[in-house]
Amino acid sequence: MPENSTLPIESGPAPAEAIKPQSPGQTADAPAFDVSNFSLWYGTRQALHDVTIQISKNRVTAIIGPSGCGKSTFLRALNRMHEVMPGTRMQGSLKLFGEDLYRPGLDAAEVRRRVGMVFQKSNPFPTMSIRENVLVGLKLNGIRDRALLQERLEGSLRMSALWDEVKDHLNRPGVSLSGGQQQRLCIARALAVEPDVLLMDEPCSALDPLATARIEELIQQLRLRYTVVIVTHNMQQAARCSDRTAFFYLGRLIEYADTRVLFTSPANPQTEAYVSGRFG
Amino acid sequence: MDPLGRPRSPASQAARGSRWADRNFYLLALLAALTILGLIALVGWELYRGCHLALAKFGPAFLANSSWDPVSDVYGALPFIFGTLVSSLIALIIAVPLGVATALFLTEMAPQAIRQPVITVIEMLAAVPSVIFGLWGIFVLIPWLRDHLFPWLHSTLGFLPFFSGPIYGVSMLAGGIIVAIMILPIITSVSREIIRSVPNLQREAAYALGSTHWEVIRIAVLSYAHRGIFGAAVLGLGRALGETMAVTMVIGNRPEISASLFAPGYTLASVIANEFTEATSDLYLSALFELGLVLLGITLIVNVIAQLMLRTFSGSSTGKT
Repeated sequence: MPENSTLPIESGPAPAEAIKPQSPGQTADAPAFDVSNFSLWYGTRQALHDVTIQISKNRVTAIIGPSGCGKSTFLRALNRMHEVMPGTRMQGSLKLFGEDLYRPGLDAAEVRRRVGMVFQKSNPFPTMSIRENVLVGLKLNGIRDRALLQERLEGSLRMSALWDEVKDHLNRPGVSLSGGQQQRLCIARALAVEPDVLLMDEPCSALDPLATARIEELIQQLRLRYTVVIVTHNMQQAARCSDRTAFFYLGRLIEYADTRVLFTSPANPQTEAYVSGRFG
Repeated sequence: MDPLGRPRSPASQAARGSRWADRNFYLLALLAALTILGLIALVGWELYRGCHLALAKFGPAFLANSSWDPVSDVYGALPFIFGTLVSSLIALIIAVPLGVATALFLTEMAPQAIRQPVITVIEMLAAVPSVIFGLWGIFVLIPWLRDHLFPWLHSTLGFLPFFSGPIYGVSMLAGGIIVAIMILPIITSVSREIIRSVPNLQREAAYALGSTHWEVIRIAVLSYAHRGIFGAAVLGLGRALGETMAVTMVIGNRPEISASLFAPGYTLASVIANEFTEATSDLYLSALFELGLVLLGITLIVNVIAQLMLRTFSGSSTGKT
């Protein structure tokens, strides 16, 4: 598992050269997730069929497809979130940097600490202040060092482009922020524990265009340090902010290619029909 | 013709008919609601009228006077207020953790198959008549407390004033324990509803940070629901204050104020139920009425607080979270 460098303290878009790669030994194209023949069932209903995909490190990978195609299920399989629901079952292998995430004896909580997640609707903890919301993951991990907490607080709020807006009232409740700010607060909360990967499940679906634009801009900066996987309903969004795009349909991975290629000259007729808006 | 000058069609006649039905139903419902309000007001008024003798004689000092002596016609409410509050407090201290833990188990942990049976059993507990609990208290609970729990408390925590002094069996603590059993169902079922109303998104947020099951309950469920659970506890307190029969049977019925929980006590509800038939003088009867007014006042205040807490809870859960 690569060592995380400290979060950059400068605000605004940092130049790519200024950020050290997570691990000097690995090139940017080394796969973060290596998934092969992965299937998943909810009870007796099969939601994913034999998915095989490699998700690159320090890239933004978008997952698109019509409702019910299994894209959210796949995203949740990447940090074992689906296990929260009883009656799910999986088959196949899913590795993160070579380590099997479904290896017996590996606690799902441990996996989720390394693979952070942001949800469709912002969900800050309503009884906690902005500061507490950002730091709650670290406190859970038993970190008490005040200097470190302060550093992570500022670092992750800067990373999520929220620092300048909230630095003067960190003790206000997290839910007092606007919708877009709340979503960025949730991103800061996920980043504070320094995960290897950030999963985003339609993070902009409840936001207005301006707030969406800010989050998309933020995703561009995040990929300099993190591997980002984003599920989106919005094909323009996938085209705007991802490097590679995977198209899911009926629980199967239909096509996976560089975003530009997938949107301009898709190999599969189903993909073409979807990205040209003929169904979905 | 209707007021707008259009000819009256069958459809508009039907609409007129349903408007009448609407109006009648509205009046009927209003009447029912007003009857309830009227009843509460009437009860309050009757209690007030019944106690004017005692009010005139003792004034506000009635609440602070600790002697209750029917022979010399001197009456004070303090031992009963004390007994009511202390036994209810004991009941809450026992029932709230137990009820909230049960509710958490039922919503967050228990396998589907056993949830419904446990819920049914808890609801049955609420249906057991008070006097049955009292009988069980006299013949089962009190002997066990007297022979086992109380001596043990006495020897381990006897340095505290609460657990010192002679042991009779019938006691404030026994009363509190009985009340705890009786308010457990309401606290459990209200807490369960509150905990069920915590959005799943909150739980997922905690899970996604790598929380264990217990941490999810602590940071996502309990912190979100704590105000509602407080409301559930206050609702339980409302029940505990008015509980009469079972308490009368185990609390010892002695109007004394003692720090020791092993000592007998007396509650407002118990003294009214016990002494109504033997109230020979007018002043005695009037003093009992005034105790009733005090009890009504305490219960109303507690229930209003509970409703307010529950309301602000549901208000916050539909807000922007």
